[in-house]
Amino acid sequence: MAETTDPLKGYRGRARQRLQELGVRVWSEVRILNDQGSTFEGVILPRSETADDLHVVVKLATGYNVGLHIDRIREVEELGFKEAVYKIPEQEFPHGPDLPKVTLLGTGGTIASRLDYRTGAVIPAFTPGELYGAVPELADLCNLTTRKIFGVFSENMGWEEYATLAQAIGDEIEAGVDGIVIGHGTDTMGHTAAVLSFMVQNSPVPIVVVGSQRSSDRPSSDAALNLIHAVRSAAYGDIAEVQICMFGPTSDQYGLLHRGTRCRKMHSSYRSTFRTVGDIPLCRVSASDFGSLTHEYLPRNPHRKVKIDPVYDDRVTILYYYPGMKPDVVDALVDQGYKGIVIAGTGLGHVNKPVFPALERAIAKGVHVVMTVQTLWGYAQMYVYDTGRDLLDIGVVPLDNMLPETALMKLGWVLGHTHDHDEVQKMMRHSYSHEITEREPHNGYLILQGGLPETEEFVLSQWK
Amino acid sequence: MEGSIDYEQAGLRVGLEVHQQLLTDQKMFCRCPAGLYTKSHDGVMLRHMRPTLSELGEYDGTALMEFKTKKNIVYLLHKSNVCTYEMDDTPPFIVNRRAIDIAIEHCLMLGCDVVDEVHIARKQYLDGSIPTGFQRTAIVGVNGRLPFRDRELTIIQVSVEEDSCREIQDRGHLAVWRTDRLGMPLIEAVTGPELKTPEEVEEAILLIGRVCRSTGHVRVGMGASRQDVNVSVRGGCRVEIKGVPQASKARQLVHSEAVRQVELLRLRDELHHRGFEQPSAIVMEHVDITTLVADFRLESLQRDNWERFVEAEQMRPGMELAEGPFSVRAIRLPGLAGTVGRACQPGRTFAHELAGRIRVIATLDQPPILVHSDDWPDYPGGTEELAEIRQAACCGPEDALVVVWGVESDTVTAAKEIQLRYADATEGIPHETRQALPDGCTDFERILPGPDRMYPDTDSPAQLVTRERVQNLLVELPDPPWRREPRYSAAGVSTETIHFLIRRGGARLVDRVVEETGFDLRRACLFFGEELKGLRRSDLAVDKITESRWCALFEQMRQLPVLWEARRQLVEGLVDEPKLSVEGLIAKDHLGEEPSGWQTQVNEALSAATTRGLEENKLFDTVMGQAMSVLRGRVPAVRVVHVIHELRARKNDNG
Repeated sequence: MAETTDPLKGYRGRARQRLQELGVRVWSEVRILNDQGSTFEGVILPRSETADDLHVVVKLATGYNVGLHIDRIREVEELGFKEAVYKIPEQEFPHGPDLPKVTLLGTGGTIASRLDYRTGAVIPAFTPGELYGAVPELADLCNLTTRKIFGVFSENMGWEEYATLAQAIGDEIEAGVDGIVIGHGTDTMGHTAAVLSFMVQNSPVPIVVVGSQRSSDRPSSDAALNLIHAVRSAAYGDIAEVQICMFGPTSDQYGLLHRGTRCRKMHSSYRSTFRTVGDIPLCRVSASDFGSLTHEYLPRNPHRKVKIDPVYDDRVTILYYYPGMKPDVVDALVDQGYKGIVIAGTGLGHVNKPVFPALERAIAKGVHVVMTVQTLWGYAQMYVYDTGRDLLDIGVVPLDNMLPETALMKLGWVLGHTHDHDEVQKMMRHSYSHEITEREPHNGYLILQGGLPETEEFVLSQWK
Repeated sequence: MEGSIDYEQAGLRVGLEVHQQLLTDQKMFCRCPAGLYTKSHDGVMLRHMRPTLSELGEYDGTALMEFKTKKNIVYLLHKSNVCTYEMDDTPPFIVNRRAIDIAIEHCLMLGCDVVDEVHIARKQYLDGSIPTGFQRTAIVGVNGRLPFRDRELTIIQVSVEEDSCREIQDRGHLAVWRTDRLGMPLIEAVTGPELKTPEEVEEAILLIGRVCRSTGHVRVGMGASRQDVNVSVRGGCRVEIKGVPQASKARQLVHSEAVRQVELLRLRDELHHRGFEQPSAIVMEHVDITTLVADFRLESLQRDNWERFVEAEQMRPGMELAEGPFSVRAIRLPGLAGTVGRACQPGRTFAHELAGRIRVIATLDQPPILVHSDDWPDYPGGTEELAEIRQAACCGPEDALVVVWGVESDTVTAAKEIQLRYADATEGIPHETRQALPDGCTDFERILPGPDRMYPDTDSPAQLVTRERVQNLLVELPDPPWRREPRYSAAGVSTETIHFLIRRGGARLVDRVVEETGFDLRRACLFFGEELKGLRRSDLAVDKITESRWCALFEQMRQLPVLWEARRQLVEGLVDEPKLSVEGLIAKDHLGEEPSGWQTQVNEALSAATTRGLEENKLFDTVMGQAMSVLRGRVPAVRVVHVIHELRARKNDNG
């Protein structure tokens, strides 16, 4: 945390000047007297950079924070100074001679953390020793190794990071681990799981992506349980694919393992936000057992040779179609040099007529245009209506029931291999990791409609 | 009260944390309706709480204790009053501005200095009372004072916070909470530890209650105000009695706690005398005696007795019950004979202290929770059975013996907890939160959390409180009770009515009516403090009448005093015809207009009644009744009386 070197972290303008005049700094233990004769004893905290320059934040002895207006401060006495410690004392992660080897790859965010109550700071826990302190159950499951690949928020993940991550997975498999867990922010977890499904093929061991919807500094956090579920799945699970492991219901009950190419974040904040779309999840995982839901997966096989294929072309984009879309949107993308466009079309995979010429121009210029559906569930079936047939004639490639985000990730990966139209079309339509499935089972589309008596009865009989 | 004690000599010091729900339409951090309680639910959710680590890499005391209990926490949800925020599945929305304003208003009433920026903090609670595991809370004011007796009572701070769930049950490893109350705004006013007797405590609770209610912006009714009472004696430390519902209950509770603390200090001295000067000096050994006691006569130790209890209480493995076999466990406490049965709270012994901790932490809850050697149950063969157990546990004559039963892992936790409670006893009085029992005693609830469980709520931006905002609220501020009470009293209003008006919020309306219309204060108090109760009881929806319509009514009544006599009719009109103005109501019934020739009609009624030969006393009532049914609100009753008397005198003269 390099920025903590500023003794007045976050304070600017008048507040900064006033603190300088008063001769105190962030982490000073102070007694402040204000114009009403009230005294405030506590620690001066750093201020949010976006907050105004008129207040000083003090954490009182009771643990509460208050903001004091600089014009009301009469006297300040510095009683002491103690800088916040952003480091957790490590405990050694116990080694179990017969336990499987699991590597946790960190991409950023916090999987586990602890609080500095003096300052209220949240300190991330990542090394095995730190994690052992936060989630001691892990030591009963495996011998854990951790590797911080990078530290970015999930929205800042990109193609370069995907390739690095795929390479790191390859290295770990090469080193002989029994399973890999990837700590990841949830926002773009689906994208990462999808792209890794293409960049890492024929894995001998499970690759489990995990995160949390409630941060680990909260007592009600889903982080510890998700981590336990993920580590169990990596250490003992039989599914040697890229999968997402997150809460099944919002209750502390079980996690679900979702296939990397068929999974989507469906709620901005709910714990049970990840859902398999157009199919069923792979497995239920609890603290004590696995409940396999399908036999259609690549089973664990330590002798299988992994194929790491971390190529990409990042000149790809996604176009979410809306009524009245103008062709210049497509033209602009082409002019900017984009080489691949995934359309999330309406219904069975449609866009309006005025856009057609622009798509024709794009394809003529060697841009690859593929079609998915914004309904998320169901297939792009473009031969049903004239609109669809016309689009096929233009050269738009239908991707059946591939999810739009998965299609985007795949297109970037495919264009890292070839720009030949036929070859691109062939690779896009070939299913590497169930990104296209031939059949949609009827329980692959289940969104229970609330309010109906039968739904309410069912919901009440289950943990939410 | 049982167990007499000199409070001054004991150095009794009591402080209060008074909680008062604020009257807002919506909850504090989401848009759910506030104050809508439900008895049923349409969704259930299961969670567990995990302690977060403090900076030293250790769990804080409360957190660790609550984690040890391994509670399954079930939340009952109802769509009408909770959303995904209460479920901890949606981050908080911007804090309810009205709640902050009402909190500021209370700070001003309590003489506090209002802070410039309100920072929302998270205060951890792992008992499950809040699904997030923490309560969102913020300091709004500090450094207040109230006139109290012949001195001032310090208000250390006033915070605004979200209310917690209501407990439905807490059995074994399962706690069930209803979420309807969760998230409603309330304030907590913390006094200095300056109250010296149980009487002062009761008086201070009532005073702060009246101050809060003077604003008219707080909720009233069951559970709308609750207080935690912090008690300590000289040489002891702070113990919090949680959720005292009424001021009158506080006296006995404070007394019992004072007695308890004095007794615990005596126990500490006794332990020191016996050589147990440090917590580490307390040792404990435990042994499984399930087989030994299998055919004993003491029913508490029998497996079928326990199984019947489990069945009757419908305890399910994995929910209320831990997994594992039934076990009876004997715990030997070397050198502690005679201390388990020592007096503690009035009518209770130290064994209750042990039982309380076991019930909460080891979750063994079949009464009597434990049996012990200082007070072994009296039954034929009891002495022999005790001797056998003592022998099995290797107890010497100076050792105390405690026996517990239940699921094996819980009995082991219980044994450890007994040791920890004795370790605490060597230091005196443990910092703890105690629940109030109906008989005026208290029982262990949890270890008292320290400031180590507070951290900033990163989901909520700080709220700016400008001096203009404070000033605007100051202008609107009602009189505090110590100014209002003498004012009403001087106008001739009874103390009972004054307190009713303040407690029920009518005082603020009285003041507005009087200030805006110049209406007589005593009559306004009489109306709002007494008569309105009767109207409300007769199912008239008087609470729907807006303040401005009340003012309009009283303005008319001031201008035309004769209308006062028709006030019931007018109030009914205000309720029944919410669209009609007060002037319209008056004009509709020609109120205030004296009908011409009414004296003649009274005379005719009198003649008719006389002809019917009514008795003297009934005659007047009948005529007066007939006359007023037409003349109420149009001719003052005194004038009608006067006219009747005059007419009768004339008739008698003529007769």
